[in-house]
Amino acid sequence: MTATLTAPPQVKKKPGKPKQNREAILLFLPALLPVLLLSVYPLIRGIALGFTDARAGLNVETNFVGFGNFGKLLQNDLFWDSFRIGVIWTLSVTILQFVAALGLALLLNTDLKFRGVARTLALIPWAMPPVVVAIMWRLLLHPTNGPVNEVLQTLHLTDHPINFLGDFGTALPAVIVVGIWVGMPMTTVTLLAGLQGIDRTLYEAAAVDGAGAWSQFWNITLPQLKTVIVAITSLDMIWNFNSFGLVYVLTAGGPGGKTMLPMLFAYNEAFRYGNFGMAAAMGDVMVVIIILFLFFYLRNRLRSEA
Amino acid sequence: MRARPAARVLQYVAVVAYLVFLGFPLLWLISSSLKSPQEFASITPSLLPKHFDVSNYTDALNEQGLVRGLGNSLQISIYTTILVLIVALPVSYALARFRSRLRPLTNGWILVSQVFPVILIVIPLFMILRPLHLTNTIPGVVIVYMVWSLPFALWMLQGYVAAVPRELEEAASVDGAGRIRTIVSIVMPLLRPGLIATAMFTFISAWNEFFFALVLLQDPQLKTLPLVLARFVGAEGQVQFGPLAAASVLATVPSLVFFAFLQRRLTSGLLSGAVKG
Repeated sequence: MTATLTAPPQVKKKPGKPKQNREAILLFLPALLPVLLLSVYPLIRGIALGFTDARAGLNVETNFVGFGNFGKLLQNDLFWDSFRIGVIWTLSVTILQFVAALGLALLLNTDLKFRGVARTLALIPWAMPPVVVAIMWRLLLHPTNGPVNEVLQTLHLTDHPINFLGDFGTALPAVIVVGIWVGMPMTTVTLLAGLQGIDRTLYEAAAVDGAGAWSQFWNITLPQLKTVIVAITSLDMIWNFNSFGLVYVLTAGGPGGKTMLPMLFAYNEAFRYGNFGMAAAMGDVMVVIIILFLFFYLRNRLRSEA
Repeated sequence: MRARPAARVLQYVAVVAYLVFLGFPLLWLISSSLKSPQEFASITPSLLPKHFDVSNYTDALNEQGLVRGLGNSLQISIYTTILVLIVALPVSYALARFRSRLRPLTNGWILVSQVFPVILIVIPLFMILRPLHLTNTIPGVVIVYMVWSLPFALWMLQGYVAAVPRELEEAASVDGAGRIRTIVSIVMPLLRPGLIATAMFTFISAWNEFFFALVLLQDPQLKTLPLVLARFVGAEGQVQFGPLAAASVLATVPSLVFFAFLQRRLTSGLLSGAVKG
């Protein structure tokens, strides 16, 4: 699921009483069994599965194989490829969409016309079914009757139609552009909300002190936006790193594995080749990467917050 | 911030570029869905169809698989939404009102569930649901969606509950109403906007979901709309792009309705709430 999620809303502190605890547990009951059975348990089981040789199919004996799957992964060139592609994809989409979104949010925060239109349009890509976004971009980038090729040829930027999603060199960049298209509007709106929360008087005081636009941006806007920026970029990175449906329908990891994101690699291992243990091991590697990322990124970025 | 005229022009160029980047693909999709097959095959595509042709829509709706997918998606999304509301209301009430030990655990789970790659969850889910004969069934998908939409629903709803004044509940309890009575007759009516927003969010995420459906639903009779659409594209060679575009537009309609209702609340309320924390 994709949605902005930072900290749950604050609740007034009130000392917990035993009676309240009992009531709370009663109210939790309808959720408890399904969540334990279909979320908490599968998560733990999934992590453990990475250390077994589980395969698809009925009643197959699973054995504990220690770090065997991880050893195999590390020796697999395709694993390293998907890892590298995943990092390129995640960083490119997150950083490019952030820079564009920040610029736009600053623009939309001024007294510009079209502001309403821009904001209304902004959330549509985020709420569209990813499969539909993928289909739409396959229409746009189609080599023979897609408008992108048509425009490029009319402007004489290319003399032959480009098969964006089908050529080795262009597939990953094309997929990245689509990723930006999906994520940028949401990031823009989030940053805009953050910008609107900044106290106007800070800018007025700075202007009185003779600070120019650039200096106001560096010394007021960025520091004030820090929490929002850290929250939205870390979530974007995690979502992008874990993304699946969009690229699955755009390229299915092709051509020649050039867009094989880690999730696509893991999906293929599990449901095309039946290697459940191997796919879970891939999932474990992804979890470790995400945890390390969160640890270092959030620790560095939020150190001065506290 | 006021800008000089030259900077002003640049600003408008940037905004227009953004609107084109964002809006053109949508426009192209809608326009494609209204083109006749001949016009679609034309080597020089035009932005707007020469004459509007709704045959793609009728073709799409005559396609057995698509109609079935539409029906399956509707069923699954509606059941999921109802279940989520039933389960999320008491929990979010408890989260917003009581300081029990379950609160940090739940909030921890909410965050963790956003972060983990679904591949880890889906294999064990498959292994749990299969002996229960729930793989390849609509109820199986519905309970999985229920559990996986719950974190965000809880996060949304507890904010709305926290906004309900406690004094009203205290008054009710002075009048002798029990906890459940209070929730049903005092809190629920005041929560209506929050419940509607949560319902719409849940509906859209179930409607758009792809990964769990791909893994859990093998039977062509049960495939959801996103699965049917994806299979259409996969069937390379004889893709009927016109009907596909029409079906894609139809699949996006619920999201558009969602925005018509929620645009203001989403952009201002939800987001600023999320940002301020």
